[in-house]
Amino acid sequence: MSEQRKAAVLVSGGLDSMLAVRVLQEQGIHVEGINFYTGFCVEGHTHAIRKKDQKKDKRNNALWVAEQLGIKLHIVDIVEEYKEVLINPKHGYGANMNPCLDCKIFMVKKAVEWAKKREFDFIATGEVVGQRPMSQRKDTMPVVSNESGADDLLLRPLCAKNLPPTRPEREGWVDRETLYDFSGRTRKPQMALAKQFGFEDYATPAGGCCFLTDESYSVKLVDLWKSRGSRDYEMDDIMLLKVGRHLRPRENFKMIISREEGENNFLMGYKNRYITLRTTDHPGPLVMIDGEASEEDLALAGRILARFGKGKSAEEVTVEIAKPKQEPYEIKVAPMPASQVEKSWYI
Amino acid sequence: MADYSIDTQGLLCPMPVIRAQDKVEELQAGDRLEVLSSDPGALNDIPAWCRINGHTVLEKSQEGRAVRILIEVGSE
Repeated sequence: MSEQRKAAVLVSGGLDSMLAVRVLQEQGIHVEGINFYTGFCVEGHTHAIRKKDQKKDKRNNALWVAEQLGIKLHIVDIVEEYKEVLINPKHGYGANMNPCLDCKIFMVKKAVEWAKKREFDFIATGEVVGQRPMSQRKDTMPVVSNESGADDLLLRPLCAKNLPPTRPEREGWVDRETLYDFSGRTRKPQMALAKQFGFEDYATPAGGCCFLTDESYSVKLVDLWKSRGSRDYEMDDIMLLKVGRHLRPRENFKMIISREEGENNFLMGYKNRYITLRTTDHPGPLVMIDGEASEEDLALAGRILARFGKGKSAEEVTVEIAKPKQEPYEIKVAPMPASQVEKSWYI
Repeated sequence: MADYSIDTQGLLCPMPVIRAQDKVEELQAGDRLEVLSSDPGALNDIPAWCRINGHTVLEKSQEGRAVRILIEVGSE
């Protein structure tokens, strides 16, 4: 009996990688999944933060997929290393701040390192030619293979027949004839194959899982970099960009205004590092100040905050200002009329 | 009783899973690891990770937002 070959498959939690794993399993390949965590994943965080989302199914899709397929899953923290990919992408950004091609190259490169260390034979992904406008095109897919160092050990089972044979195919580790020739943005072939495999429940297809493909998130990230004069970020920055309404009424500071209780609680966790504001005589949101704000700025922030609370029609409201490691103090402000809240302040 | 403990409070999933996974790599079969978390999502994610990787969840509990999961490392 020939030796059982081992493949490390990039598992996102979406349908395509799920199918890629099953296609290889059908050929008797031992598969283990690798899932990379960049910090920009939509899943999980928003569920954990927003109260209204906490009732929803909180499963981690990559873990769920692995369990359905009966494979091990290794989640790799690439938050720090990913900064260089996002800040200086060699191949540029997509429609928003998504460095999809550099991201894919980086992840495959990390998978190659992982696989070599554990003596896996090859890497596979659920990529499909023409599926994504940047990283999954006929001309960019070889770039991923070459620049990641995977070369011909990178197999894409769902579209292999549209690409030159890789080593796993040439060596007969997998049978090229039973691989697929999917192409384009249509999801129909994937859905048909899912049905054939008996997959009835699967996550929304790829692309929607990364905040960097989201326009409003990307705008906030660019604003953050511009305001700091540097394109660096920390994990907390990534998290805070996901929370609340962001308004920049002055260049030197921005306000993060919670939209509900869960976000309130989340922002409260930062009260030892940032100035927070809340109204004490009317229910309303919590505001966190990012940047350097003078007393005059804080009074302005208080007026804007009052606009978003139950006291917006009152003549005057009391705002508590809490600075890190200081006793909170109160000021009285007049809520800002809606007409004075400038549209350009919204990030 | 846990032999080892990691505190992942303040981290959101999947970070508690990643921290647990990295710690388990250093441990031997039969060792018991306690994972503390402030993300209720860990109550689903860590047991799921244990099931697919051959580890056993011995206890899990939640008080308010404080989550505690006790894992016994499997032999694979």
